[in-house]
Amino acid sequence: MIFFWAFVVGGTICVIGQILFDVFKLNPGVTLTIFVIAGAILDGLGLYDPLIDFAGAGASVPITNFGNQLVHGAMQEAEQHGIIGVVTGIFEVTSAGISAAIIFGVIGAIIFKPKG
Amino acid sequence: MLTGHRTWIYNNQPVIISTGTVGGPFEANGNIPDAFDILHDDMWLKQSSFEKAQRTMMEEAAQIAIKNSLIQKEQVKFFISGDLINQITPSNFAAKTLDIPYFGLFSACATSMESLALSAFIINGDGADYILSGTASHNAATEKQFRYPTEYGGQKPPTAQWTVTGAGCALVAKNGEGPRVTSATIGKVVDMGITDAFNMGAAMAPAAVDTIETHLRERNVDPTYYDLIITGDLGHIGREVSMDLLQKKNIDIPEEMYRDCGLTIYREGQPVLSGASGTASSAVGTYGHFLKLIKEQQVNRILVVATGSLHSPLSVQQNDSIPCIAHAVSIESGSDNQ
Repeated sequence: MIFFWAFVVGGTICVIGQILFDVFKLNPGVTLTIFVIAGAILDGLGLYDPLIDFAGAGASVPITNFGNQLVHGAMQEAEQHGIIGVVTGIFEVTSAGISAAIIFGVIGAIIFKPKG
Repeated sequence: MLTGHRTWIYNNQPVIISTGTVGGPFEANGNIPDAFDILHDDMWLKQSSFEKAQRTMMEEAAQIAIKNSLIQKEQVKFFISGDLINQITPSNFAAKTLDIPYFGLFSACATSMESLALSAFIINGDGADYILSGTASHNAATEKQFRYPTEYGGQKPPTAQWTVTGAGCALVAKNGEGPRVTSATIGKVVDMGITDAFNMGAAMAPAAVDTIETHLRERNVDPTYYDLIITGDLGHIGREVSMDLLQKKNIDIPEEMYRDCGLTIYREGQPVLSGASGTASSAVGTYGHFLKLIKEQQVNRILVVATGSLHSPLSVQQNDSIPCIAHAVSIESGSDNQ
C-alpha cells in the first residue's frame, strides 16, 4: 500500500510543480525555492514527518523534503546549543545531500562533456 | 533614396556576389541540408567552448563567401556582423581573425537584415565596394546565454523555439553578378507587453507586421509585387499571430507566398517545438536557401523580414516586457533589373 501512496503523494507534488511552471509561468529556480520553503513550513507545523510515514519516498524524494530537513537540523541543534544551534544546525541533516551534489557534480563534469 | 519615413531605395542596386553558410549536426538532419556550404557533425567544432564554436562558424562563413567570389580578402572594406552572445564577442573575435574593419551590431535575430540593409546603404552611397555582412548563432551557447545550459535539462513549453547552430554571410558588392539588394525598411521597436520569453514568436509578430505594412506602403507596392515574403524566425505561433494581424490590417498575402525561415530549416518530426530561431535562422534561410531559388529563377523578388526580440536575461528576470524589431530587405534577381 505504501507504494500506492508514494506514487500518489510524490506525483501530486510533481503535478503542483508542473502547474506552477505552465500556468503561473514561474521559472525553475523560483519553483524549486517555493517547494523548499513549503517543506520547511510543513515541518514547522509538524506535518511533514507524518507525511513521510504515510507516503515514504513519495514525500522524502521531492525537493520539499530538503526544506523539511533544513528545519529538522536547525531544531535539533537549537535544542542542544540554543540560538546558535539554529545557524550551525541548518545543514546538519542535509550535509550528505549537499556534499553528494557537489562531489557527483564534479565527477560528472570531469568525465563527461555536454552534448549541447 | 529615402522613400517615406524609413525605407531606403538603393538606386545603384548593390549585388550579393557570393554567400557562405555553415550548419551543425541538427541542421544537417533538417529540411534543407543543401543550403549549407559546410555542415559540421560535432556541436563543438573541435573548440573548447560553444562560444568558440560559434566564432569559428562565423569565420568559416565569411571565408567561404570570399572564396566563392572572385575577389581577395584584402578587397573587402568592412565586415558588419552581430550575434546573441554577451557583448557580441563571437562576432568581435571573428572580426579579429578576419582582420577586416568591423561594425558590430545587435538587433538579436533581426541582425542579419540590419547588417544587409546597412551594407547595401554604404555600398549604394559609394562608401565601399565590397562588404561582408553576416551573423552566427549556436544552439547550446544561446541556451546558456538566455535560458539554462542544455545539460541542466530545463523544460520548455511548446511555444519555445530552437536556436539554429549555424552562420550565414553575404558578400555585397557594387558591381557583379548575382541577386540585387533593391530596398530596405528599418524597423521600429514594437512592444505589445508580452513577458513570456518562451513565446518570442508571438512577441515578434506585431513587429514583423508593422515593418511589412510600412514597407509596402512606403514603396507603394502590393504584396504580390514579391514572389515571396519571408519572415526570419516567427515559428508556427508567430506566423499564425502575424497572419491574423495582417488580415486585420487588410494586407492580403497569399499563404503559400508567406514563408518563414524558422519553418524552413528543420523537418517535421525534429523536436524544435514552434520552429527555428536565432540570428542564423534568417541568415542561412535567406543566403543558403531562398537566394538559391532566385538563382534557379524559381522566384524573382523576395522580401526578407528578419525579426528579433531585444530582451536580455536580466530584463526578463526583472519582469520587463519583450521589445521586438523587424528589418525588411528586398532582394531581386539581377536579370530583370539590369
